[in-house]
Amino acid sequence: MDSMTTIAVASIVMAGLTTGFGTLGPALAEGRAVATALASLAQQPDASATITRTLFVGLAMVESTAIYCFVVSMILIFANPFWNHVIAQNLGR
Amino acid sequence: MHLSPDEIVLWRSGYITLNATIAFTWGLMLVMVVGSRLVTRRLSIGLERARWQNLLEIIVIAIENQIREVGIPEARKFLGYLATIFLFLAMAALCTIFPGYVPPTASLSTTVALALSVFVAVPFFGIRDRGVIDYLRTYAQPTAIMLPFNIISEVSRTLALAVRLFGNMMSGAMILGILLSITPFVFPIAMIALGLLTGMVQAYIFFILATVYIASAMRVRKPPPATEAANGAQQGQQPR
Repeated sequence: MDSMTTIAVASIVMAGLTTGFGTLGPALAEGRAVATALASLAQQPDASATITRTLFVGLAMVESTAIYCFVVSMILIFANPFWNHVIAQNLGR
Repeated sequence: MHLSPDEIVLWRSGYITLNATIAFTWGLMLVMVVGSRLVTRRLSIGLERARWQNLLEIIVIAIENQIREVGIPEARKFLGYLATIFLFLAMAALCTIFPGYVPPTASLSTTVALALSVFVAVPFFGIRDRGVIDYLRTYAQPTAIMLPFNIISEVSRTLALAVRLFGNMMSGAMILGILLSITPFVFPIAMIALGLLTGMVQAYIFFILATVYIASAMRVRKPPPATEAANGAQQGQQPR
């Protein structure tokens, strides 16, 4: 395999793995958070405004780790610096 | 496929480049400034008022209440900065219903600029509130060992603010682009609706996080009377 194929294969495989594993943890965490919030909503419907607001803020904080992984895999696929470097080298040759 | 609206160049002359990010940012600013100027041209203080004035009053009062709930009683003083951030982000997300529009917040440059403004605003409001020495002392609290960690957290939360907003807005546009090539007709509409919700939530998150950071840099305030009374009632009930 020449270096371009190696970089392409590594980028695509790693992009999939990054998003896959990166969403695994936040998905579990968000599930737990929503379940707990639902339980407390059922117990105390009066505090629904506070619970919902805190839930949304917390969910967005938890989700941001998944977003980081998504950004990394998007960079790997669409704006890969190593790929661009190799292409520039090949053009120069 | 464009990763960010920075790559869409509308006009170029030598060193100066006008890309979609700048164009849409200035467009949004123009719409908001001219719109609110038109609305506030004839304000009334009586019961009879225009519907647009009603709308703006609802928005401003809602934002003010949110700031107060986070723990800044004199919310009016911070309304100018925090509400501007929220309104800009909300408008940027809301305008995605127009075809051909790319949210300027889907570019890392915009979100980094906004996060940097929060990075500067937090010490600014903190120093204005408690003085230079007293503000700098908060970095060494609870002990001096925490000094490097406090500084790291200051930088990393700025990075997190920028990348969170960028990732969310960019993923919305990206997923739409991918879905359009797979299932062109119905499904992207559902994703646009989801993107609107995500954009609103992210605008709120950015705003509320900036408020929390500013509130934590300032002196501890007395809680508003309502919660104080509630606490008192709870404490009064406990001995029974």
